[in-house]
Amino acid sequence: MSVGIVSYGAYVPRYRIKIEDIARVWGDDADILRSGLMVNEKAVPDVDEDAATIAVEAARAAVTRSDIDAQRIGAVYTGSESHPYAVKPTSTIVAEATGATPVLTAADFEFACKAGTAAVQACMGLVSSGMIDLGLAIGSDVAQGAPEDALEYTAAAGGVAFVIGNKESELAAIIEDTYSFTTDTPDFWRREGMPYPEHGGRFTGEPGYFKHVTNAAKGLMAKIDTKPEDYDYAVFHQPNGKFPSRVAKMLGFSKEQIKPGLVVPRLGNTYSGSCMMGIAATLDQAKPGDRIFATAFGSGAGGDAFSITVTDKIEEIRDKAPKVEELLENPIYMDYAQYARHKGKIKIA
Amino acid sequence: MSVPRFWRKQIARYNLVGTHCKKCDEYFYPPRNMCPACRREGEIEDFKFSGKGEVVTYTVIHTAAEGFENQTPYVLAIIKLEEGPSLTSQIICEPEEVSIGMKVKPVFRKLGQGGERGMIYYGTKFVPDK
Repeated sequence: MSVGIVSYGAYVPRYRIKIEDIARVWGDDADILRSGLMVNEKAVPDVDEDAATIAVEAARAAVTRSDIDAQRIGAVYTGSESHPYAVKPTSTIVAEATGATPVLTAADFEFACKAGTAAVQACMGLVSSGMIDLGLAIGSDVAQGAPEDALEYTAAAGGVAFVIGNKESELAAIIEDTYSFTTDTPDFWRREGMPYPEHGGRFTGEPGYFKHVTNAAKGLMAKIDTKPEDYDYAVFHQPNGKFPSRVAKMLGFSKEQIKPGLVVPRLGNTYSGSCMMGIAATLDQAKPGDRIFATAFGSGAGGDAFSITVTDKIEEIRDKAPKVEELLENPIYMDYAQYARHKGKIKIA
Repeated sequence: MSVPRFWRKQIARYNLVGTHCKKCDEYFYPPRNMCPACRREGEIEDFKFSGKGEVVTYTVIHTAAEGFENQTPYVLAIIKLEEGPSLTSQIICEPEEVSIGMKVKPVFRKLGQGGERGMIYYGTKFVPDK
């Protein structure tokens, strides 16, 4: 029995801040940062947007794209590291606002940047076992970076929703298999009640990102006996432009394979939405029969790898909701002071 | 706003669910339990509005009420939905973008919150429909 993506939807707020505007405030060299990170600007949420509103917009886009009867959705899982409530699910808000309530299970997921793909895997299990008809898996974040922290240059806002199902005639993309690699690695964390995350600094790349992404990716290719050349496209978690480019090269994928999904230079790191945004951008232009290899990474740490084959159905649904490229068009640029106000870094008594 | 007061209106605010009188074909938002024209002869049913509509009139708020200070200047408008009823809502756009007769569509946003500790009120606002 096949399992896969019935529909997908993405959402990106319309505001952006350029790297040079952040660098100017902290006296950093914008050129070095831009070329080092391979990020030019990042998405900033509006004053009335949070991970829940972004999740709802992405979920509604996914439901619209395939014209799904929302009552068929039997599970809503929202992955985020910026859930608006510490206690009170984001997923119930999403379920209500998409019209999926009340007969469904819902919970919030948290695994740094791969909470969204963990939700995809949970939904794959539920639909494959026959427990539910369709599952809604979302990665949505309004990522936090402390003022002057390196993360401030990339921590962005955006979200992506996948509707996961197992009726072959409905699948826009078949997920052939998934493979995860997980260890207890304290490369990045945020303690309860703290507004900004902490991280292990510049030496966390190797034991965190590269170790987990390469092991998950190699593990999946060994499991299903595929090679990088078997895929038309590849997507790797994109905390910046440099890491996915480097890990693609390490694994034997080409620049052309990762190009359609590499949205981070104009978007920033959307955390739980990051890898899923790359998959969505790739689905926006993939042809039936194309194969996509994707690996998400979450600090803490783990990697989730997926092998995906696009079906004929993609042509039918693709144009029925905004594409990632359309969401990136015509941004409104803001300076650091406006950005600080939008992100609540300036408190009004 | 009290938690139960919002809670009871949550579905209407999230998904623009109002009511429709089958007898006289009138639509109501916010929902009415009784048709004011047909009275007890009326046949009320739930109705989900598409959310498409146009700006009847608007104002730009520069001096905001408590809790909205960080949003100024913002546009507050009366919007006539395609099906008939009018409602007041914020429009997410620059003040110079808005005009009377402008087409709008719904988006899901935070409407407010009960301070740092209280609940967050979500619901529908509108954006220009280009």
